[in-house]
Amino acid sequence: MSTVTQANDHDHDHKPTGLKRWFFSTNHKDIGTLYLIFALTMFFVGGSMAMIIRAELFQPGLQFVDPQFYNSMVTVHALIMIFGAVMPAGVGLANWMIPLMIGAPDMALPRMNNMSFWILPFAFALLISTLFMEGGGPAGGWTMYPPLVLQTGAAFPFLILAIHFLGISSIMGAINIIVTVFNMRAPGMTLMKMPLFVWTWVITSFLLVASLPVLAGGVTMLLTDKYFGTSFFNAAGGGDPVLFQHIFWFFGHPEVYILALPAFGIVSQIIPAFARKPLFGYASMVYATASIAILSFFVWAHHMFTVGLPVKGELFFMYATMLIAVPTGVKVFNWMATMWKGAMTFETPMLFSIAFVILFTIGGFSGLMLGITPVDFQYHDTYFVVAHFHYVLLTGAVFSLMAAVYYWLPKWTGHMYDEKLGKIHFWLSTITANVLFFPQHFLGLAGMPRRIPDYNIQFADFNMISSIGGFAYGLTQLLFVYIVIKCALGGKKAKALSWEGAKGLEWSVPSPAPHHTFETPPRLTKAMLEH
Amino acid sequence: MKPILKKIIAALTLLPLSAAADWNLNLRQGATSISNEIYDLHMLSLWIVTVIGIVVFGIMFWSIFHHRKSKGVKPATFSHSTTVEVIWTIIPLAIIISLAIPATTLLIKMHDTSEAQITLKATGYQWKWKYDYLDEDLTIFSALDAESSEVSQLDSGLNPMETENYLLNVDNPIVLPINTKIRILTTANDVIHAWWVPDLGWKRDAIPGFINDNWAIIEKAGVYRGQCTEICGKGHGYMPIVVNAVPMDEYKMWVADMKAEQEAKKNTSDMVLTMQELMTKGETVYKAQCLMCHQANGQGLKGAFPALAGSPLATEPAKRLGHILQIIYGKGIMPAYGEQLSDVEIAAVTTYERNAWGNDTGDIVQAKEVAEARSNKL
Amino acid sequence: MFDKKKIKKTTLSLFFFTVVMFGFGYALVPLYDVFCKLTGINGKTQRVVENVNQKQYSSDRWVKVRFDANINGDLPWTLKPKERNMQVQPGNFYEATYIVHNKYFEDVVGQAIPSVSPSVASLYFMKSECFCFVNQLLKAGETKEMLVRFEVDKDLPDGVDDITLSYTFFRTLPGDS
Repeated sequence: MSTVTQANDHDHDHKPTGLKRWFFSTNHKDIGTLYLIFALTMFFVGGSMAMIIRAELFQPGLQFVDPQFYNSMVTVHALIMIFGAVMPAGVGLANWMIPLMIGAPDMALPRMNNMSFWILPFAFALLISTLFMEGGGPAGGWTMYPPLVLQTGAAFPFLILAIHFLGISSIMGAINIIVTVFNMRAPGMTLMKMPLFVWTWVITSFLLVASLPVLAGGVTMLLTDKYFGTSFFNAAGGGDPVLFQHIFWFFGHPEVYILALPAFGIVSQIIPAFARKPLFGYASMVYATASIAILSFFVWAHHMFTVGLPVKGELFFMYATMLIAVPTGVKVFNWMATMWKGAMTFETPMLFSIAFVILFTIGGFSGLMLGITPVDFQYHDTYFVVAHFHYVLLTGAVFSLMAAVYYWLPKWTGHMYDEKLGKIHFWLSTITANVLFFPQHFLGLAGMPRRIPDYNIQFADFNMISSIGGFAYGLTQLLFVYIVIKCALGGKKAKALSWEGAKGLEWSVPSPAPHHTFETPPRLTKAMLEH
Repeated sequence: MKPILKKIIAALTLLPLSAAADWNLNLRQGATSISNEIYDLHMLSLWIVTVIGIVVFGIMFWSIFHHRKSKGVKPATFSHSTTVEVIWTIIPLAIIISLAIPATTLLIKMHDTSEAQITLKATGYQWKWKYDYLDEDLTIFSALDAESSEVSQLDSGLNPMETENYLLNVDNPIVLPINTKIRILTTANDVIHAWWVPDLGWKRDAIPGFINDNWAIIEKAGVYRGQCTEICGKGHGYMPIVVNAVPMDEYKMWVADMKAEQEAKKNTSDMVLTMQELMTKGETVYKAQCLMCHQANGQGLKGAFPALAGSPLATEPAKRLGHILQIIYGKGIMPAYGEQLSDVEIAAVTTYERNAWGNDTGDIVQAKEVAEARSNKL
Repeated sequence: MFDKKKIKKTTLSLFFFTVVMFGFGYALVPLYDVFCKLTGINGKTQRVVENVNQKQYSSDRWVKVRFDANINGDLPWTLKPKERNMQVQPGNFYEATYIVHNKYFEDVVGQAIPSVSPSVASLYFMKSECFCFVNQLLKAGETKEMLVRFEVDKDLPDGVDDITLSYTFFRTLPGDS
């Protein structure tokens, strides 16, 4: 493989400067930074689409946008947030932290690393450009169900191409992570000594390489159905539109855990650090993560209970879905037990982690309810589902990413962030996110379908509250940008061990972490391998 | 920015008004025994997760308040306990089983569509529903009512708060008998839709080429409203469902009335209307059937739905027949209207389209011409 | 410093795995068909049997078969069953006729897709003759009768007393096979 180079081939005395440093970088820290900045940018692009959605839903009647444009906002918001914000943020953290956590000098495949990042801006430029094409952007929902998605105008081939690019980028990123972890651990860093963040990323990477190619296959079939006369999903030619849903969710459910598992890893690093106590049940955490990952391949049809599956199928998928609650429960209990009898302090990363545990669990509760097939016939495709997955993804995945940024920011920048502002950001985010999403449970139960631009007046009150929460949440995130920039530019000097209770190899290198670290494998002591 | 400011002010003035509306917090119990059982199962699971939440978060908060560094506690060092881990694997498993049992029973019951007395087929169209009473040879098209349609236009300036059953009202509601087992088949004409009336307790996808079945015994007379719940394009939010549940004898009367009405509607080909009459009628038909795509100003949406204003099809004399035929038979994603509109309605809407928005062709299309186009006599 | 060979090996095997999973996406298509046949998912009736002799299998059991017809999209046809429904005895062959008419002033090609509901019944619904899955050409204004010969298997589960056989005609676009 030509992309295989050894990290110590580089010239280590100077880091490249200027544009060259960023465009051609093969340094895991630089690429990690690029990923994180890109993810934050996309978070705001996708977020502004969410603001358009919430503005339109602020009150009944159509005030701002045409329904077709509304649908494309719903569609592109989802694609950007999933593939452009949460996943790249996770990969960025993995890039920065995994080599530091396992004592490796860099990622195993640094040039491929550069390529997997630089594909992303092009893919998203392509995706966003479709909004300005004849017939508008993709507007059939991020799930891209045929036959509706085949009605997309000029945007269609670009949508498929963008998905392919995103898939290739993520697969390359995932392969890089697996190869790094399997081959580049410092001597003594056995698999069961690895920090949990590394574990969750290895498992996530396997989910990525197993599920994304299936999506790629599915969208390729869409493309050939539209332009080359195949009939995979075309009932007229003997195909079946429901088949696409099976293929999509065979990818889609593991995708949910691709977004959630790294969050589990982050929180499992942070809670022990601020409880000053070892992580409870390390081994069971690893096994629970692995079993969630495996189970995720057997529950896909719970997204499709209303398509008319045979009763035996519905029962199977209901039982499998409910079973996921067990390993997920184990994780939550382990985090609680980690806190129990610790000596906790509540800096911003800890606050976000605790909020994650509580709010992700609330998302899990509604998930369990949604898994009960007969009741799902009522919940399906309503705002109850919207509330559910935003609890899991926003107050879940995104909150854990925020926690991770605050936790590792001193290591990245060499400065402590402004703790006071961090706390304000936390409290505002937590309150507004709940004002934004909690009422949506009520809307769904009362009967409001998702993906509609306008609604009956019985849904007016909660929509207005939700929109107010949405605007406030959006504004609050500007504070986050300010805090990060402020921290990058200056502030209290951070020590190598930036947090009193933090454990792990990343805290053994100075803050900010030098451009090259662990050029020679570190000698690991028993104390350094504690979790 | 002025209009936006105006909108925000307008919105804020609505706030106290809307506060008077119902605050519906929970799932509806509905009007069938199944919907009631679903409600019970929903409440059971809701209570279970609430109790788990209170216990788990309670312990966590106790820990957060007591085990903090500022209280001078020394952190413990334990990191695992097999007993505890086994316990908290088994308890959730037991809870899940206790939920799965009633869920299984109910699901099997819901799948039993046998012994139905009436079969109704709901076909999803972009964007309306067609209902076939399969035992009666009766077909009804049911689309968003004209008032909601008008109010829901972008910048209509009309207040949805003052519109009765805004977006939940249709031009032709369907009628079903109470205390009768009704099998409801769902399918679709173009893309996937989903048929959902919350009070009946379920929703089911309507998929082109495939037929799904489900059933309901409505126990209380009343009007039940629902919506399409699978995104199906631009008009997804604008294809509600209205079911009027009445006693059996009333239902039978309604069926007879509808049949007679449709029979009467069939023979419109001899009607001759004035330009004025055609334009008025045409505008009504246009608003109900065409406006969603071609827009109130006939401009369509660039790249998605072609404009009618100034288009060759609606202005050139040579395309007059083509215009009529396209309304009858549809074209591509434009559905066929031949089945649901009478000759005079098609004549009126053609006339309207050829004279509105500055098209001003002066063409008058009469029902007879439509009838002839239908029978290929032209 | 690190084992280059091992890195290469892990990388290549992961790329290989990716390609395999891409293939698996396509393999889901035939797998799904098998799955449908086994479970009757979506009610595709694909069991076509040889025209067996008019074996007379008598039982007391009667099942109602309902004939349903749909026209998809912009196909300018009408489709109607001759009889709306029929009482049949499982184990015997029956015939039903659909009348299809082209309202259009040009010739049009269409293709019918069958579907059976409830989905369990599709496992027990067999046809020896059917007009589905083949292109049908109707001349302008032409009307045709189309025949279905079918049998409901005598092993039909007890809970089923009413089966809907539904046909949907789709327009065959030029270029579609």
